[in-house]
Amino acid sequence: MEKKDIIQSFKDSLFTGLIALALFGPIVGLRTVSKGEGLFITPQWGIVFLLVGLCILGRFLININSARRTEFKIFSTLSSKLSSITEDKAKHFAITGILFAVVFPFLPFTDRYFMDVAIMILTYIMLGWGLNIVVGLAGLLDLGYVAFYAVGAYSYALIATTFGWSFWICLPLAGVFAAFFGILLGFPVLRLRGDYLAIVTLGFGEIIRIILINWYEVTNGPDGITGIPRPSFFGLPFKRSPDEGEISFHLFFNLEYSTMHRIIFLYYLILVLALITNYFTLKIRKLPVGRAWEALREDEIACKSLGVNPTNTKLTAFAIGAMFGGFAGSFFATRQAFISPESFTFIESAIIVAIVVLGGMGSQTGVVLASIFLIGITEMFRDLEQYRMIAFGGAMVLIMVFKPKGILANRKPTILMHGDKK
Amino acid sequence: MLKISNVETFYGKIQALRGVDLDVNDGEIVSLIGSNGAGKSTLLMTISGVNKTKRGNIVFNGENIENKQPHKIVDMGICQVPEGRRIFSRLTVEENLRLGAHANEKGKYFEKDIKEVYDLFPVLSDRKTQRGGTLSGGEQQMLAIGRALMSKPKVLLLDEPSLGIAPKLVNQIFVSIKNINKEKNVTIFLVEQNAKKALELADRAYVLVNGKVTIKGPGQELLKNKDIQAAYLEGGAKN
Repeated sequence: MEKKDIIQSFKDSLFTGLIALALFGPIVGLRTVSKGEGLFITPQWGIVFLLVGLCILGRFLININSARRTEFKIFSTLSSKLSSITEDKAKHFAITGILFAVVFPFLPFTDRYFMDVAIMILTYIMLGWGLNIVVGLAGLLDLGYVAFYAVGAYSYALIATTFGWSFWICLPLAGVFAAFFGILLGFPVLRLRGDYLAIVTLGFGEIIRIILINWYEVTNGPDGITGIPRPSFFGLPFKRSPDEGEISFHLFFNLEYSTMHRIIFLYYLILVLALITNYFTLKIRKLPVGRAWEALREDEIACKSLGVNPTNTKLTAFAIGAMFGGFAGSFFATRQAFISPESFTFIESAIIVAIVVLGGMGSQTGVVLASIFLIGITEMFRDLEQYRMIAFGGAMVLIMVFKPKGILANRKPTILMHGDKK
Repeated sequence: MLKISNVETFYGKIQALRGVDLDVNDGEIVSLIGSNGAGKSTLLMTISGVNKTKRGNIVFNGENIENKQPHKIVDMGICQVPEGRRIFSRLTVEENLRLGAHANEKGKYFEKDIKEVYDLFPVLSDRKTQRGGTLSGGEQQMLAIGRALMSKPKVLLLDEPSLGIAPKLVNQIFVSIKNINKEKNVTIFLVEQNAKKALELADRAYVLVNGKVTIKGPGQELLKNKDIQAAYLEGGAKN
């Protein structure tokens, strides 16, 4: 490396330090402490200089590193390993993943906590796969996906508590309702593109949440809905002492009662739902409608000139994406047995979009990795308490620096005809 | 077959077409030449239904098609190869072609149709699993034409097929256009800035100036026309 480069990168890192000083100076440096009759400002310049120093050093290291045109070794090997996994052995990887997911509840180290985290990750995988239809395939950036999750959850909760119908009837109904809302959102946004579409969908997500808070007569407002029926194992409830005339799960199979039965059942339920979403997406990509989604993402005018009807194509993408969001929502409702508007804030939409984007738009395996990564990381660092979000943010920055197109950015062709091999 | 009478199209308040009269007969190659901003692409987009007609009629095989939805017009047998090719760059060559068959009974005769396209442009056959975006400009143009042919059009609208393509490939593409016309019996309506090539190829041609047709006649005749030579062929002439 030449001397000129070193001086250049040194200058650049000093400039970074200046920005860091401007940011950390007032935010960290001036601390307000309440003492007796008022607030007093206590400066803490030591920490500020430490942070600024770290920024300068970090920037300098990055600069030197990029000047050498090499990557940190671990990251390059890691990312090349990931790519080789998905390009050459995608199928093996998927099968191994599914097998692992199937045996996971019976592994020796699996306890209640692991199961809960796994169920959460699977829920996000399903949401990610659902949103992937809208964002990854059809290229419509939807920042209000949580709205459909909420519609699904509330439809399930309201139908189940009002009519007392079973999970297996309410689930498709919730999906239908969510799909209906997807079309409802789809119509006004058909003409919008890119950023404008994103803003409107963001607004839609908030509208749904605010309606849920304020429509007290139906949704019970901020108090939420309690006592949502738990799912039953094809008619066999998971109860210690079943009602008269009922046989509960552990009695039927002659097992000792355990709360884990229900957790394991829920785990398999969401696993199956998620796999259905995945299977459906993989299949529909090979049908004309799926191909039309992808074409629409690439070029709308070309689509029109070829006779693809953009209205129907966009609406089906919204509706089908929303339907899977609705399924996930009803699962959420039955798992929690309690829902309130609190669970459907914008941050949820943001996390789901982050999963799809970090996974590499349109990549199904990428969604899985990104969900494990994002949800797992936030769980792992739960002990860090308020620094948890910093770890989350840091992880996102690292991915964007080293894998700017997402963890798995490769789109696999849907057709390889005439015995071709790629 | 395709009769355009007194068509006016606007972009907001700006008038792009000021009463265009033009007709294309069955089996012909008709060229439309004109400078930048004359309204050539607007006319094609208007025929395809992407732009709306404010006044005037477009009649295709006895049926009014002005302001029909674009996909309905494709179903009737008018397909456009848009300007700048507009390949789906992240989709493979074969997926691109399949999308062309989208309107055509959902790809029922796909295998036969795709073979015809591959016979016409053998290079596409070699590259069928490659992404559209990795093809050269000329290959992309072939793909765009092939993709449009997959919809089995009666009339093919071509918007500047020579744009941004190596001269050698331009010749090849013009030969293919002629083949499509003669062998597959597809009527061609060609919009070009490359006036010389377009006029040589055309049975008949029109000149569009400021949203109006100013000159029309057989291609060979227009090639000899003094005004056209001055405005479109000499000096600014391209091959």
